[in-house]
Amino acid sequence: MAVVRDDVMPVRSSDDIVRVRQEVRARAIEIGLSLVDQTKIVTAASELARNTLDYGGGGTTRLEVVQDGGRRGIRLTFEDKGPGIADVELALKDGYTSGKGLGLGLSGARRLSNEFFIESKPGEGTRVTIVRWK
Amino acid sequence: MAVAADWAGVISRHHDEIIKGWLQQLRDDGTLQTGRIKDAELEGECRRMLALVGPELAHGAAHSPLGGELRDMLVALSRSRALQGFTPSETSNFVLGLKLPLFGAIGVDYPDQADVIAGATIEATRKLDRLALLTIESFQKSREEVIIRQQREIAELSTPVVKLWDGILALPLIGTLDSERTQVVMENMLQSIVEHSAEIAIIDITGVPTVDTLVAQHLLKTVAAARLMGADCIVSGIRPQIAQTMVHLGVELNVISKASLADALALALQRIGKRVVDTAGATAAPVEFLR
Repeated sequence: MAVVRDDVMPVRSSDDIVRVRQEVRARAIEIGLSLVDQTKIVTAASELARNTLDYGGGGTTRLEVVQDGGRRGIRLTFEDKGPGIADVELALKDGYTSGKGLGLGLSGARRLSNEFFIESKPGEGTRVTIVRWK
Repeated sequence: MAVAADWAGVISRHHDEIIKGWLQQLRDDGTLQTGRIKDAELEGECRRMLALVGPELAHGAAHSPLGGELRDMLVALSRSRALQGFTPSETSNFVLGLKLPLFGAIGVDYPDQADVIAGATIEATRKLDRLALLTIESFQKSREEVIIRQQREIAELSTPVVKLWDGILALPLIGTLDSERTQVVMENMLQSIVEHSAEIAIIDITGVPTVDTLVAQHLLKTVAAARLMGADCIVSGIRPQIAQTMVHLGVELNVISKASLADALALALQRIGKRVVDTAGATAAPVEFLR
């Protein structure tokens, strides 16, 4: 899988989340995602960036345009050095939240993307990677 | 160390030259070209600052120039520059432009005393640089104040509540629906429900680009608050791609929703027992009139 373009954006405030959304939307339009797919990846990015900020205490978002054979896609990596998730399986359950949200962000983001990876170590941080192919 | 330069003496002896050289420097930098500040005004500022800088330079190395009247003057000056639309470099150049004429003057007064000139120059540079940094800092702060004020204005402007009919209110939402905005929306809406004795409030989200779980949560809270006040809510303007995304997210919006504001209004009118009827007497505008 070749990386065509690579950007890293900070996630430190809710304004940064808006910027991440705008940037993801711009990339999605560039690689020609349909309106529905654009909306899906932008929404997933919004959820995960907010998790990075609210639960991870801030971090970064990596935006990559990737190419695999003939198809193009967007790969997003959300990384924080926060408290980590003790039970990833539980965190991925619909309706579970350790905060005040609806508990659908992480599981929803997984449903909105084609590929979804999560790595988390308590005390070290969390990394979530999603890919949406055209 | 050799004899320290007498800055106060140098400045008083070369006062007019320094001002002239300084103004020339500012002119060359282009501060005056844009016409945002008058020649006389700038000269007045230069004179005031030189009068304040003189005593600061005369103090020894340990003395920090960042205090008192000079600081206040520079802060006020940077502030007005920021509001007038100057760039940060134009603003800091005001202070930095003083260097060359000052160094020129000290060179004239201490010929063949290179060590005195060097010592005085280093000292003055250090102090003037700090003053220039101070102008940038205040400049930046003023800009940030402007941005914060505008953000507040946008938040207020973009959350109007309009009355569509007796008992029917509409809230067209535009932009990002974060916690702060939601608070404003909710307050405006609840207040208007009381004022207009509204039975139905239509929340139109056509202008909200992304609806994620947080936005959905905010919407649900707003709807719940309206219900407590005895008004029903209809959410309108849900575009097809948003509907699909919401389903994937797993968000259940347990509210009445419609695709467009027109559909929502039709439903609301029906709810309050009104009907829109074609009247026989009315005619469409003649084609010629439209042209």
